[in-house]
Amino acid sequence: MDATQAVILTIITASTPLLLAAIGELVTERSGVLNLGVEGMMVMGAVCGFAAAYTTGNPYIGILAGVLGGVALSFFFAILTQTLATNQVATGLALTLLGLGLSGLIGESFVGLPGVKLQQLSIPFLSTIPFIGPILFGQDILVYTSIALIFGTTYVLFKTRIGLIIRSVGDNHNSAHALGYNVIAVRYACIMFGGACSGLSGAYLSLAYTPQWIENMTAGRGWVALALVVFSTWLPKRLAIGAYLFGAVWIMGLYVQALGFGIPSQFLSSLPYVVTIIALVIISGNKTLTRVNTPACIGQTFVPDR
Amino acid sequence: MKKILGFAAAIALSLAIVPASAADKLKVGFIYVGPVGDHGWSYQHDQGRKAIEEKFGDQIETTYVEKVAEGPDAERAIERLARKGSKLIFTTSFGFMEPTLKVAKRFPDVKFEHATGYKRSDNVSTYSSRFYEGRYIIGQIAAKQSKSGVAGYIGSFPIPEVVRGINAFMLGAQSVNPDFKLKVVWVNSWFDPGKEADAAKVLIGQGADIITQHTDSTAPLQIAQEQGVHGFGQASNMYAFAEKAQLTAIIDDWASYYVNRTQAVLDGTWKSEDTWGGLNEKMVVMADYTNLPDDVKKMAEETEAKITSGDLHPFQGPITKQDGSVAVKEGETVAVGDLLGMNWYVQGVDDQLPQ
Repeated sequence: MDATQAVILTIITASTPLLLAAIGELVTERSGVLNLGVEGMMVMGAVCGFAAAYTTGNPYIGILAGVLGGVALSFFFAILTQTLATNQVATGLALTLLGLGLSGLIGESFVGLPGVKLQQLSIPFLSTIPFIGPILFGQDILVYTSIALIFGTTYVLFKTRIGLIIRSVGDNHNSAHALGYNVIAVRYACIMFGGACSGLSGAYLSLAYTPQWIENMTAGRGWVALALVVFSTWLPKRLAIGAYLFGAVWIMGLYVQALGFGIPSQFLSSLPYVVTIIALVIISGNKTLTRVNTPACIGQTFVPDR
Repeated sequence: MKKILGFAAAIALSLAIVPASAADKLKVGFIYVGPVGDHGWSYQHDQGRKAIEEKFGDQIETTYVEKVAEGPDAERAIERLARKGSKLIFTTSFGFMEPTLKVAKRFPDVKFEHATGYKRSDNVSTYSSRFYEGRYIIGQIAAKQSKSGVAGYIGSFPIPEVVRGINAFMLGAQSVNPDFKLKVVWVNSWFDPGKEADAAKVLIGQGADIITQHTDSTAPLQIAQEQGVHGFGQASNMYAFAEKAQLTAIIDDWASYYVNRTQAVLDGTWKSEDTWGGLNEKMVVMADYTNLPDDVKKMAEETEAKITSGDLHPFQGPITKQDGSVAVKEGETVAVGDLLGMNWYVQGVDDQLPQ
């Protein structure tokens, strides 16, 4: 394995969890709900995924459990913000704290245990092609899932009736309600989709990225995912660019350090944030397009009049 | 309703009884900066707490508060422990220094123990470990075991404690192979398993076949195992995570210190002191030497014995700084003050310290 290939593979593993969590949040936000609990749902996904995989020895059951962990927490968020109409920002922040605390409690007996690693798929012939083989055909299933989710959500959001409903609920919930759509139900579904993706992202961390459970192992990745959604102007393909750019600059920062050029590490650590923000600001320079894509009702509570 | 009230009264009564019977027990409190589940720094301190519980049994009662942020919050947490009757309180992170001293002033009859700090008072002791002694040994092992002659070092923050570790590692390595190379990557975090793993991958990609770290997670060692290279455990024994990769681990063992200090309070002999213990005091313990050929294992054990007995000091002269100037002459060792505030690299480290 040569150095370039190693770097590319590392970039893919670093970007995938961001992409998975962000794509779910993108759909949630498109329906007009701001869920700041991504970090909490991710860490729940990580602990549930680890616990199930460790207990059963099967990483795929772990993935499923991770998804369920994320969904469970997001369902709680949905009840609070949609049925009980609480403030989304406050509830989301509380969800992060709850997720971090609860995962620590669940994971207490799993600390310090060697995990079950999600193996890379190896597609006969294709994954043995020099250089591009391992990169394109030798990833684990969650990397492919993240790519599929990008295309899948783009298609559903912009080419299907369901997508139209989601976007209309996010842009103007009163009109959508007047047209007879069940705003609350749509938002419930989108919030839980977001939870599922965050759970998947957490499971990726505890099963593929670093197969182990440690408290707070998400280390702020949920917040990065949240920021990526906004800077991508709620467009899945831009989100993918942003996530991979972030991952690439992140890894290159470490790479350059190891070469020993003497560039301050603090500067290199901040570079992914700076570069991603600049790049996404440039590609979303079209203000009209940005306005069109921003969910107009984001963060607003909807209480149907009966 | 009456029943409930009666029940509540029973509970209240039982609660009232517990402190009464516990009144003659020594209460020992601990403040941790991280979760006890970090399997690194705070985890090891908690192992120390468990050790005193096991040793003293009914004589003492321990309490801990985890995930205490360094700063004003810490003062409240420490004060709460003191108010609740703890007579001996361990505050286990550098950033608890000022809060510990402030609370100590208000509770003159409570004994405080602050880890890794340098400010003391009549009822505040400080303690730390000479981790660098272990780093010298693993440096020697690295130089023996590396085929590429390059090791990768994952650092947290460029503070004296970490720089000292890098220098000790390098001096150990150079004592075996003067041309040994060391690549350093700073991740600017004590704890980010993902980033630590990334750093390990990058270092291995650039030819390092020995990975060592001054960060708290087991991730780098797992990557080393995955990619068929070797590494060392940090803070705790990480053998279970990487049975094929771990050569040894530098274990922070606070148990003996905590037992001694608790004993001192029980005996009434506690004094404010500064303890900086290493291999000799068993505050630094090397995990079993594994995955090593016999001669390397023997060398490591000999070095360990020499450092323990004081025949060898990792910072024995002559030592040349990175810029070519002389740090210490032959026959001398680096002064304690310079060790504590170390802000220079020894020659051969392939990195530049931010000044």
